[in-house]
Amino acid sequence: MVYLTRKAEFSAAHYYHNPKLTAEENQRIFGKCNNPNGHGHNYTLEVTVKGAVDPKSGFVVDLKQLKDVMSREVLDALDHRFLNKEVPEFFTRIPTTENLAITIWQRLEPKLKAARLHRVRVYETPDLFVDFYGEE
Amino acid sequence: MKAHLTRRYMFSASHRLHSDEMSEQENRDVYGKCNNPYGHGHNYMIEVTVSGQVDGQTGMVCNLVDLDNFVKSHVLGRYDHENLNLLSEFAELVPTTENLCIAIYEIVNRGFKSAHLERIRIEETMMNSFEYCGDL
Repeated sequence: MVYLTRKAEFSAAHYYHNPKLTAEENQRIFGKCNNPNGHGHNYTLEVTVKGAVDPKSGFVVDLKQLKDVMSREVLDALDHRFLNKEVPEFFTRIPTTENLAITIWQRLEPKLKAARLHRVRVYETPDLFVDFYGEE
Repeated sequence: MKAHLTRRYMFSASHRLHSDEMSEQENRDVYGKCNNPYGHGHNYMIEVTVSGQVDGQTGMVCNLVDLDNFVKSHVLGRYDHENLNLLSEFAELVPTTENLCIAIYEIVNRGFKSAHLERIRIEETMMNSFEYCGDL
């Protein structure tokens, strides 16, 4: 088994708000992140796939195919978007880094063919990241 | 769904690697420059990784403010700008980064109850890093 990781970057706006909570509760839990006008981050995404090395190609996965899937399923949908307003998953889900990692996994996992998805890591800032390994 | 959240912090401290169980010469042989009796220092970068179910109401594994407050008061507050050799946990234990990893793991594991502690990782320099995941 060999693991291969591909990085990508995207920039997006978001804010944290749960409509089931009061304005005060939202403010208390989410603080500055509750500002409804939104704020943004430069996110770094690391997608790790795993598989056996193909004896013919020497690859775990065709990197171009992985790059294309990441661009189509993730970057085109998230880059330079307001997550709460433009990405359907976040109409009902708060776009925390945790939920972003889960959403990216759910977008990628069914589209990957040769290699299996191992981990999605999303850096919101250089000092904060979330890892998701699928439903354990 | 379970996710892992990692937060990075930094502190600066001095230490000297020296074991009373070894002769002066043995200490010099084992620890080299790190045995300098006057001590030396590092900027330590710590990564704290916690895990848990992503809360349906908040979209979070745990509130980052709680984690930051805990680490700032119990870890950074204890180690930043200190001489590690003078702290009680290193009275009889050499303050290697291995032992520092274990000490910080114990503090977070004992006191932080909002999520499960997975791992403490410390970069002593850009070239050296150490991880402790509990006694597996």
